Amino acid sequence: MLEAREIALSGRLAGITATLRPGEVTAICGPNGAGKSTLLQCLVGLLKPESGAAVLDGSDLGSLQPRARARVIGYLPQDGEIAWDLSVRNLVAFGRLPFGDRGTAQIDAAMDALDLESFSTRPVSRLSGGEKARALLARVLAGEPRWILADEPLAALDLGHQQALVGHLRKAARNGAGVVLVMHDLALAMNHADRVLVLDRGHLVADAAPEDALDPVLIERVWAVPARWLGERGARALVAD
Amino acid sequence: MTRPVPLLLLALAAAIPLSLLAGRVWLDPWTTPNAAIILGELRLPRALLAVVVGAGLGAAGAAMQGYLRNPLADPGLFGIAPGAAFGAVLSLLLGLASGWLLPLFALVGAACAMLLLALIAGRAGGVALFTLAGMMIASLAGALTSLAISLAPNAFATSEIVVWLMGALTDRGWQDVALAAPLTLTGIVLLRLAGRGLDALTLGEAAARSLGISPGRLQALLVAGVGLTVGSGVAVAGVIGFVGLMVPHLVRPVTDRRPSSLIIPSALAGALLVLIADCVCRILPLVTELRLGIALSLIGAPFFLHLLLKMRREAV
Repeated sequence: MLEAREIALSGRLAGITATLRPGEVTAICGPNGAGKSTLLQCLVGLLKPESGAAVLDGSDLGSLQPRARARVIGYLPQDGEIAWDLSVRNLVAFGRLPFGDRGTAQIDAAMDALDLESFSTRPVSRLSGGEKARALLARVLAGEPRWILADEPLAALDLGHQQALVGHLRKAARNGAGVVLVMHDLALAMNHADRVLVLDRGHLVADAAPEDALDPVLIERVWAVPARWLGERGARALVAD
Repeated sequence: MTRPVPLLLLALAAAIPLSLLAGRVWLDPWTTPNAAIILGELRLPRALLAVVVGAGLGAAGAAMQGYLRNPLADPGLFGIAPGAAFGAVLSLLLGLASGWLLPLFALVGAACAMLLLALIAGRAGGVALFTLAGMMIASLAGALTSLAISLAPNAFATSEIVVWLMGALTDRGWQDVALAAPLTLTGIVLLRLAGRGLDALTLGEAAARSLGISPGRLQALLVAGVGLTVGSGVAVAGVIGFVGLMVPHLVRPVTDRRPSSLIIPSALAGALLVLIADCVCRILPLVTELRLGIALSLIGAPFFLHLLLKMRREAV
């Protein structure tokens, strides 16, 4: 279990409490500046809350050794930086850094899960945006984390790659991992998350199943845009009025 | 072990004996008079010192580029080399440059720069603050060095300082090897230990921390490693620029490009480069021997320009 217990950071988060469950895809939504990435970084253990705590299986994240924490929580930052022109396999192998082993089996499994076997020796500079996003996610999966926390992993991807990557993340959740995604696209959250947290100026204003959390009334209140949902459950589209 | 390591070791094994023969006077071990003394007391320590200094600069350059995630980074950016140079210049100015004193002053200068860097950058370990602190220290040490030169009591002292600053391996002996070799080796070991952290930094600072890397520990390993390698290099050979910039570039294409797998090959290639450059300085038919620091800058500056132009072409 990964919990936010009264997490507060001055001006950014105002006492957020939420319990995240393994096997679920949780989306964190909210307008720009709502505190989504800040909350995610607190849950990864990169930011220390001024009060409250991020708690992993009963232990304060701040009290865990960085490597022990890194073996359990995999984090995919938004910027997708890769400073050197590594081969895809070497990039994926970085997921084993917290373990200090070669982890050949885990690397093979992660490459396989994201259909990257044929890219193994390709330099990352020669990947398309979608392929790069897959390689970066494979890097996280190679560590076999029980929690995958990703900051807008779908933002720069076209429709096809978005669907593919969301499929991979959902599969990781089905295999038992807890998946937490910061998302701007409310339709993606509505259709693919099991649960949605909505933040507004540092406050948690909704924590529920997508159909309830992303209610048009709440969307209008938080995003200041009148909107309505079209389509069937699981294939909704959001239309701003 | 990465692929280029055996090749570089082989090249060094061939270059060291050859370098012993090269000089203004080509040496024939069987016919040249006093060949044993020339080899044992002059050329062997000089060759070993070239290897030690080059290895330290190469490894420090590879680690710095990995840390700053920038292929144009150079160990000089940390302010440690200028700090060591200022220490040495101070010893010359005060007339305390005999025997061990000059290298000792240089090491103290390097240590002060390291300490200042660690104090300013603090425990948080942000790369940007660290780089700016390093640049500030480099410029402060540069200004103090200029001040020391301007305060020199006579033209002879000024010339002595300026010539020393140019960097060279002439007239060095076993005591310089004994001073620099253990410090440089320790430094390279520390930089190699930083390899895991440097690899993680490839993905950015946040991702590196999420992979369990402690930025403070990484920074401490780097400051100590660069301080020992570059500090001891300046202490025995003066300021030798561009090796730390050029060598990782030349080596990177034959490695898998992970920062950790670049450090040892860069150390070996740095050793080879300085050894060869020093031989060329000895062989060139000039009135006085070309200073090693000048020679490497003459190669290094155009190389740097070539890199810049290449990067500009790739950016278009």
